[in-house]
Amino acid sequence: MAKIHIPTPLRQYVSKQPSVEVKGSTVGEALHGLVSQHPDLRRHLYTEEGKLRAFVNIYLNDEDVRYLNKEATAVEDGDNISIVPSIAGGTSLASAGG
Amino acid sequence: MLRLGQSHYDALRQHGQETYPYESCGVLLGHVDEDGARMVTSIARCTNTRTDTPQNRYHIDPGELVRIQREGRERQEDIVGFYHSHPDHPAQWSETDLAEAHWFGCSYVITSVQKGTPAMTNSFELTGSEEVAKKLVPEEIAVI
Ligand SMILES: [Zn+2]
Repeated sequence: MAKIHIPTPLRQYVSKQPSVEVKGSTVGEALHGLVSQHPDLRRHLYTEEGKLRAFVNIYLNDEDVRYLNKEATAVEDGDNISIVPSIAGGTSLASAGG
Repeated sequence: MLRLGQSHYDALRQHGQETYPYESCGVLLGHVDEDGARMVTSIARCTNTRTDTPQNRYHIDPGELVRIQREGRERQEDIVGFYHSHPDHPAQWSETDLAEAHWFGCSYVITSVQKGTPAMTNSFELTGSEEVAKKLVPEEIAVI
């Protein structure tokens, strides 16, 4: 089992739990296990085409899975998976500050 | 409503002064009080990774957020908001700030830093639950 840490804005879709234990041998399987347990969460993580949303970062322990094997990254018992929506801002061209 | 101690309020404004003319950014940790207010019990300074245009952009490395979140968990704290500064611009959110805001129910604090001195500080709650219907709504900052 791996533990998926849920960011504060998404906890309302997982019965307010800060983390959820899931089975799965890859990051993708673990995430699919999570959204099948908590279907309301699905559209907040995935696009209608089934791709992870661009602003959703997935970390396995301290590594961004984009730089590992993406959703095919292997997961072992006791691993920590974190869902981390991005934090950024800025100006659009010459408008007011970011 | 956002509730925080004077020392945390001063610290996030001071951060904007230190990074001027570039944007500062950081994370607010704490919990939600019974009245629904976000109560800040610690703040974490972050590095603005937008070294290309740090004067009008900010971005926090998600790896840094993972670490901050883990350290917060050990103290029973959750992420309740974020702050950044606007060098020589008003303490109002920009269209890009809204487009890039994804932490619903969290506070986004903006400090205007005018000619190197912190001026106005405002806070906005990201309301809604859908990307297409989200809003940054002004909220009261209660300094306690
Ligand atoms: Zn901004």
